[in-house]
Amino acid sequence: MTSFKLNGRAFSVDADEETPLLWIIRDEANLTGTKYGCGIGMCGACTVHIGGEAVRSCVTPLVAVEGEEVTTIEGLDPNDSHPVQKAWQDLQVPQCGYCQSGQIMQAAAILKDDPDISDEDIDAFMTGNLCRCMTYTRIRTAMRRAADAMKGG
Amino acid sequence: MSRIKHSPAPAESPPSRRGFLVASVGGGIAFSFLSACDDTGGKSAGPEVASYEPTIWYSIDNAGMITVNIIRAEMGQHVGTSLARILADELEASWDDVRINHVDSDPKWGLMVTGGSWSVWQTFTLYSQAGAAGRQALIEAGATELGVAPSTCSARDGKVVSGGKSISYGDIVSKGMQKTFTAEELGAIALKPVSERRLIGKPVVALDMLEKTNGSAVYGIDAKVDGMVYARPLIPPTRNGATVNSVDDSGAKDVKGYLESVVIEDPSGTTSGWVLVVADKYPAALAASDLVRVEWTAGPGSDVSEQDLQNNAQALLDDDSIGAILDTGNSDTSAAFAGAATTVDETYTTATALHFQMEPVNALAFEKDGVMEIHTGNQWQSLVLPWLAAALDMPEDKIVMRSYHLGGGFGRRLNGDYAIPAALAAKALGKPVKMILTREDDTRMDSVRSPSVQRLRLAVDTDGNVTGMEQHTAAGWPTKVMAPFFMPNGTNGVAYDPFAISGANHWYTVGAHRVRAVSNELANSTFRPGWLRSVGPGFTNWALESFMDEVAHALGRDPVDFRLSLLTGEGHNAGSAPNSVGGALRQAEVVRRCAEKAGWGETLPLDTGLGLATSFGQERDMPTWVACAAKVMVNRTTGEVTVEKLTLVADAGTIVDPDGAKAQMEGAALWGLSLALHEGTKFENGQVKDRNLDAYTPLRLEDVPELDISFVDSTELPVGLGEPATTVVGPAIGNAIYNAVGARLRHIPIKPDAVKAQI
Repeated sequence: MTSFKLNGRAFSVDADEETPLLWIIRDEANLTGTKYGCGIGMCGACTVHIGGEAVRSCVTPLVAVEGEEVTTIEGLDPNDSHPVQKAWQDLQVPQCGYCQSGQIMQAAAILKDDPDISDEDIDAFMTGNLCRCMTYTRIRTAMRRAADAMKGG
Repeated sequence: MSRIKHSPAPAESPPSRRGFLVASVGGGIAFSFLSACDDTGGKSAGPEVASYEPTIWYSIDNAGMITVNIIRAEMGQHVGTSLARILADELEASWDDVRINHVDSDPKWGLMVTGGSWSVWQTFTLYSQAGAAGRQALIEAGATELGVAPSTCSARDGKVVSGGKSISYGDIVSKGMQKTFTAEELGAIALKPVSERRLIGKPVVALDMLEKTNGSAVYGIDAKVDGMVYARPLIPPTRNGATVNSVDDSGAKDVKGYLESVVIEDPSGTTSGWVLVVADKYPAALAASDLVRVEWTAGPGSDVSEQDLQNNAQALLDDDSIGAILDTGNSDTSAAFAGAATTVDETYTTATALHFQMEPVNALAFEKDGVMEIHTGNQWQSLVLPWLAAALDMPEDKIVMRSYHLGGGFGRRLNGDYAIPAALAAKALGKPVKMILTREDDTRMDSVRSPSVQRLRLAVDTDGNVTGMEQHTAAGWPTKVMAPFFMPNGTNGVAYDPFAISGANHWYTVGAHRVRAVSNELANSTFRPGWLRSVGPGFTNWALESFMDEVAHALGRDPVDFRLSLLTGEGHNAGSAPNSVGGALRQAEVVRRCAEKAGWGETLPLDTGLGLATSFGQERDMPTWVACAAKVMVNRTTGEVTVEKLTLVADAGTIVDPDGAKAQMEGAALWGLSLALHEGTKFENGQVKDRNLDAYTPLRLEDVPELDISFVDSTELPVGLGEPATTVVGPAIGNAIYNAVGARLRHIPIKPDAVKAQI
């Protein structure tokens, strides 16, 4: 049995401790906003927060989150209005939307650490998240807008 | 808000209608996505309400809520929003009362296909007339209720108004309405003048924006049903013709949750040699699949390489008797070349390219009440249903495809082959089977864009006039393999895949113009060629627009001036109503504007170049006029190309959703950039070499240039925007590289070594 906090609530699951966290979230917790894309941690569609840090859940074994706090897109903000989500909505970033949970979770973690992020660092940090619809220019703009909002600007 | 009595069913009790449903309610957006667990047999969960269906395309309930049926797949275009706007505009609906319903497969919808950048173009007149019909009927009925003559009434914002009196659509419907329209009546309805448009062309928030930012949008991979088991396929050594000799699952039996391995026998011939490893959970299926041993006999192509495919294409091109000749008005170029003072003759190639849509293909299938339900994201239900019927030996009316969001389409999901193994396994096991391909499986089974080889020739007479041109194109033909009923005949009576040659039949006036389409049969047998975003023009226009640039330089002409001198809109290229009014002159206009915006002719820094390319998008029947200027910087030492800016101008006729249109241009342009510089793989032993992101490297944020995108103001019929921008970016980059450092590239993807070699 592995126990951790999932979106603020206690969650326990009886599964092989090497099971990728992604499938636990999707199939055991039924939180399907977190997506499977590449399975090797290189597309970012599965990004969640563990202890506030952005992590690729497809390459994170279940055992690694014992006792940790895990947050998925569904738990990012009770009103779906985290500054990153608002910026994404205002600028209509998503196209197919499949990668966007991961994009948003990645962006939220980065901006929490450093809302004064430079444009170069936005590119560097977000380049690990693939968007096949190529919504990249809007991601850039939305990151900047969210950063400004999180600075209280 | 208080008028809305019949809201979508709450999410806790899975509602019954299929697919997903999005409603715009008041200022906010309410949505209801529908789980696969449909226990109500498709009946509405709510109380019976009076409802009026002027046509099959929409209904209005007694609260005035308008539900627009969408038969196109949602894969990032926000297609439901655009199509509903078209209908709501003519209906004079209040946008707040409009919701969309992505329907399941049903013969009543006619051809269900989402591709070719067709959706808005195909739907505009149909939905406009449907909306106008409803408006007329509501005015008639509303006038009666108000006790006035219909001629005194107008409709606006979901109400019929006469002088100081008004009545809402909901109240009219609640009195009972029956009026329907024949196809002839609908077709005769005149549309509003452009000046009366209230939604088309105005900003709108896409109806699926919230669900795509909070994790609640439901994709095929998210579909679940009670009692389902999971399957991961073991992929045969060849795409076609493989047979399973033996399966040894003894090693997998210790994996907790492993159930069995199912050899898929597919009577439709769509798939061959798949073995589904089934378990109670997907991770268990993955673990077990590594331990199941299968021996296959490979089908054709198990030793084929990328070079073999290209060599075969070249050999076929060399035989002028092979292939289909397209109707260009005059395809006899012999005199032009015989009398030419100058000729230019070059060959261009493109490598195999993957779709690599983010959501690997998957399907959930189960039989319920004698009906096989397929829950999956799909772009061409009308194509896959007959395959399913043949595979399952069930009539088509006993098979239904439920609609979901697509985690990327890009043409991959036009080929619904992935539905079949899931359905066959569900039938064999008698329980719901959810099959998910791993990323590597998805890549190996991709319907890739075929590699291509093209030869272009052009003849110029002693006066410097272009008198003849030829484009010969050899590639795998997806339409021949999967949808041969879509193939027209060339002027020589040979059937051809229009999607593998379109683009070559361009709008330049070049005298005699010979366009020859050749099927690369080795490609067709080795893999299952696919339609990939921008399809034929993705490679035909790479060759064409690189070539036009080469010709301009060879003749000492400015590449922009040279193009404009041929885009004269004469004869065959004059265009016609309603799709191509203005013809090539509209293409000339986007070229002019693009060159001006990008600063054509200005001095640039060292090793920096501007290159231009243009196209008519996807097909002559639906031209989207587009031009791109790429500004690139080339590192002479490494050969690396940095794209600094892309300037694009498009004339797509009427723009329905301005922000959505821009988004499609952004995505399509960057898709073109990605294909040009970052993608491309190769066949090795009948399989694609690069199977995941450690080897296949699509464009990422750090390499995204500045984009300057604009549209020509137009009130012509709207045409497509999902793909046209893709077709111009590659050749614009190639031409820019030439202008920067004099290196002429004739192969996509353009790799640094190739650039270095040409400097």
